[in-house]
Amino acid sequence: MKAGSNLEKVLEKGQFAVTCECGPPKSASGDVIRQKAKIIKGKVDAANITDNQTAIVRLSSFAAATILLQEGIEPVMQVTARDRNRIAIQSDLLGASAVGVRNVLLLTGDHQKFGNHPYAKGVFDLDSIQMVDMVRKMRDEKKFQSGEEMDFPPKLFIGAAENPFADPFEYRVPRLEKKVMAGADFIQTQGVFDVERFEKWMAGVRAKGLHKKVHIIGGVIPFKSLGAAKYVKSKVSGMSVPDALVERMKKASDAKAEGVKIAVETIEALRKIEGVHGVHVMAIEWEEKVAEIVEESGLLPRPVA
Amino acid sequence: MIVGERKPVAEILEMTKGYDKIYVAGCGTCVTVCLAGGEKEVSILSSLLRINGKKNGHEVKVVEGTIERQCEREWVGEMKDKVRDADAVLSMACGIGVQLVAEMYPEKPVLPALNTTLMGFPTQHAVWLENCRACGDCMLHLTGGICPVSRCAKQLMNGPCGGSQNGKCEVDSQTDCAWALIYEKLKATNRLDWMSKIQPPKRWDIAGYGGPRKTVKEEEVVS
Repeated sequence: MKAGSNLEKVLEKGQFAVTCECGPPKSASGDVIRQKAKIIKGKVDAANITDNQTAIVRLSSFAAATILLQEGIEPVMQVTARDRNRIAIQSDLLGASAVGVRNVLLLTGDHQKFGNHPYAKGVFDLDSIQMVDMVRKMRDEKKFQSGEEMDFPPKLFIGAAENPFADPFEYRVPRLEKKVMAGADFIQTQGVFDVERFEKWMAGVRAKGLHKKVHIIGGVIPFKSLGAAKYVKSKVSGMSVPDALVERMKKASDAKAEGVKIAVETIEALRKIEGVHGVHVMAIEWEEKVAEIVEESGLLPRPVA
Repeated sequence: MIVGERKPVAEILEMTKGYDKIYVAGCGTCVTVCLAGGEKEVSILSSLLRINGKKNGHEVKVVEGTIERQCEREWVGEMKDKVRDADAVLSMACGIGVQLVAEMYPEKPVLPALNTTLMGFPTQHAVWLENCRACGDCMLHLTGGICPVSRCAKQLMNGPCGGSQNGKCEVDSQTDCAWALIYEKLKATNRLDWMSKIQPPKRWDIAGYGGPRKTVKEEEVVS
């Protein structure tokens, strides 16, 4: 065991893992996190706490992860390179490990242009691959990025993201390989709508044997409405949404139910792909649907580590 | 070259308010080529200042003059007489020129008429693309002659992020993804293996984040 987290145990036992996203509020209300924690408790193996996603200022991922711990839910603390340099990132990770956070997801981060402070200075001291490499060296070699040694290293299960739907497509497997070489233990992918393209990517992943070196957790985003489907299809860069799905959302008499149905079908499809070790449900500001989706997918009860 | 563009007229009028004699100083090098601060632009801005003065019943004496380069002491020295006779110098050079004029004539207010926008080359007439940030550690030999420091919105060192789509950057659909360009270039020239190697964190201290930089060519320094 590298960090001994529940997520790590589930994955190492070869069980199909379930994680979800838990977005902190745009306020100082810890109760929002506590409320979301109650909704998802027992339905997932761990919950991702996003780090100012889409560059919108929210309650910090470190604080929110701490609240989740208090509520008895294992956090996956997301950390982006957008707002912090190598000094701040290492410091936060030492602190996170000290309070009991055992999983991290290291991301470059959405560009600040998309958020509510577009005039901010983006940091990007490191990129996601360099972050993974840094954190692995902290954990396994007890070394800071500078090479200086520490006596008590952080215990963290290291996650990274990959987007099989971004371009150039043929670079998406080599890029994943770089993250694996850098030290990623698990990968959470961008939301999968285009299962065909995802399968093609996974075939490339298997051809390099990467599925045996890293746990791949497929991302699933339930559509809340037709508008949401259209938005993701046309406005979010690096996303692939087949026309057929938009059409289904259009024809549905109950769009929310259809969104859930598509998510459940996607999970079913992902489970059949060799090398996919779990799903990550991103029900953005719709956490109450996580239980239903996980239940409908036959993934309850969750294993007790 | 260094590229700039003229500040909005209102801002220039605001900063020149109260001066009776203004020396509008052009620069004959980069900003002439990028159509921002050469002789022609000096003439246009000077006319604007005169007209504005007349309109407000406050006659302004505007003297025009463009020197070869405002970033070199010899040339800036030639501005001496015009500077002496003016209440303020409105420099149409880049920020470097403005600062050297200010340093060499410490008794005079020196005002910037341009915003220095980037270092780059034109992609078509009157359009300039940023392609150098003077990071102090050039990697163009590795990246197929395409700079990720100036051309990637996140200054990534290890390939494109998840927002690269159809060769464009997520930040702006009109902007090429630098890493998509690098990938294609390296592929075409059989150098893709470099893209599979992990590139270590960059030294940002020498890229300008370690305090003001200085370049010294030791063997040429006369002490």
